[in-house]
Amino acid sequence: MKKVVVLSGKGGTGKTTVAASFIALGKKLAAADCDVDAPNLHMVLQEEVEQEEDFYGSYLPHINEDTCIECRLCETSCPYGAIADLQINGAKCEGCGVCEYLCPVEAITMEEEITGKTYLSRIHSGIFSHARLKIGGEHSGKLVTAVRKNAEAKAEDEEIMIIDGSPGIGCMVISSMAGCDLALIVTEPTESGLHDLQRIAEVAAHFRVPTLVCINKYDLNIEKSQKIHNWCKDRGILVAGEIPFDETVYTALREAKPVVEYPDSAAGKGIAQLWERLLEFC
Amino acid sequence: MIISVLSGKGGTGKTTVAVNLALAAGKGVYIDCDVEEPNGFIFLKPQISEKTPVEIEIPSFDTEKCVACGECAQKCRFHAIALVKGKLLFFPELCHSCGLCQLVCGQRAIGKGKKTIGMIEKGFSGSLAFAQGILNVGERSGVPVIKRLREETGAGELIVRDCPPGSSCSVMEAVEGSNYAIIVTEPTPFGLHDMKIAVELLRYLQIPFGVIINKWGEGDRMIEDVCEKEGIPIISKVPFSREIARSYSKGDTLENSAYMEYFVQAMQRIKELVK
Repeated sequence: MKKVVVLSGKGGTGKTTVAASFIALGKKLAAADCDVDAPNLHMVLQEEVEQEEDFYGSYLPHINEDTCIECRLCETSCPYGAIADLQINGAKCEGCGVCEYLCPVEAITMEEEITGKTYLSRIHSGIFSHARLKIGGEHSGKLVTAVRKNAEAKAEDEEIMIIDGSPGIGCMVISSMAGCDLALIVTEPTESGLHDLQRIAEVAAHFRVPTLVCINKYDLNIEKSQKIHNWCKDRGILVAGEIPFDETVYTALREAKPVVEYPDSAAGKGIAQLWERLLEFC
Repeated sequence: MIISVLSGKGGTGKTTVAVNLALAAGKGVYIDCDVEEPNGFIFLKPQISEKTPVEIEIPSFDTEKCVACGECAQKCRFHAIALVKGKLLFFPELCHSCGLCQLVCGQRAIGKGKKTIGMIEKGFSGSLAFAQGILNVGERSGVPVIKRLREETGAGELIVRDCPPGSSCSVMEAVEGSNYAIIVTEPTPFGLHDMKIAVELLRYLQIPFGVIINKWGEGDRMIEDVCEKEGIPIISKVPFSREIARSYSKGDTLENSAYMEYFVQAMQRIKELVK
């Protein structure tokens, strides 16, 4: 199964819009939403949820009040300042276990902590895996890896997996792209879009993931689109497609439908052409 | 007063709002806490006068004292150390700098080392003080950079923090200690869905907040309806405008545009609400 991850660096360029349309056009295809702290893909796919599970991604210390002698060594030793008045601040705690190790009376036990929820569903083309990270969730990269592994474990004859990534360049993104056959970076014709494209492209190169670029809403600023083309050409990165700005995208979103279900729309045609191009690399 | 600008969904206009709110205030500090993909500098074009690397602590292994017992590898909850064929392998990108390995080593073979993960830059854009954090490409967590940025910019008369998208630990770190938060959203189903996630985060942290609806248009009531129902103040509705989009795409602020009035009013409203 070929793994294609859709990234952007910058938020709001159209990753989910494009990913959802690819999934609609695909036949034997698995889908994974790795934007686990703000997942949107499930909103535009017709899914039948088959499995819903708690995800244990970290540990939280539990202080036994009966055994505790209130020496406060845990408070002073916590590297993250997560213990105050013998209360654990879940948002600050990273689950390292230093407190448990140092407690002179063994009053602290590290307990598995639920950091999110995973979902496995069926869509028309195959398996769909997604998750939701708990608020302020730690180790989001771990949950992203779980989303991918769940999809891979349940995939049968799916030929391609489309991974909808998150914005940024940190652990969620790195875990989304690790080991992928292709990264499609969706960018926009703005200075911010170009700047962020440069950083995410560097990450993809660092992790040796072959990269293609697509310029979304390209006609909103032709000069900036050209600037992106020039930069990509200098770096030897192929611009696999351009999608025009199209109000149909908002219409499709409000109807909770992929844009390609409006095949006569300019954006629908642009994405369909991009998909055909992408398939040449799969 | 510290105002954090966040969104849940990426691309709703956090930087547009944060930059222009800071300019509307006239004086104060703009801090770009989106250390993975900072954009504020594109608009404010600051003169940078100070650059400080951000270092985190990582273990350093004395291979001569090490007896390959594997205790550190076994105890590390982040799987940053592995013992393979009698040799210790360390994965710095997985390390959370907790220091547990140094504590458990029976041979005192593990000491404190350092690794640079990013940079903090400070300067001025006109009379507005500017600070940003930049995470090095390949690093997994911007949290220590954001933390350092917060600590170094401390308190002041007015601080506007431009936060990362999402709701994970980076966002939590960026909003910590804020007096008020602004959720920037857009009138789309994704915007609404992710706004609710940001609302959940701020309620959990007990930080008072309001909403700015960006790219607003007539008839798009989905955000207003939810805000009214939940008692969330709508600080401003910045209309969808090709002029704003064009300025944004070029990397220009709205300082010389009639739209700046929205941000002046928004700043006024926020000051009233914080009192």
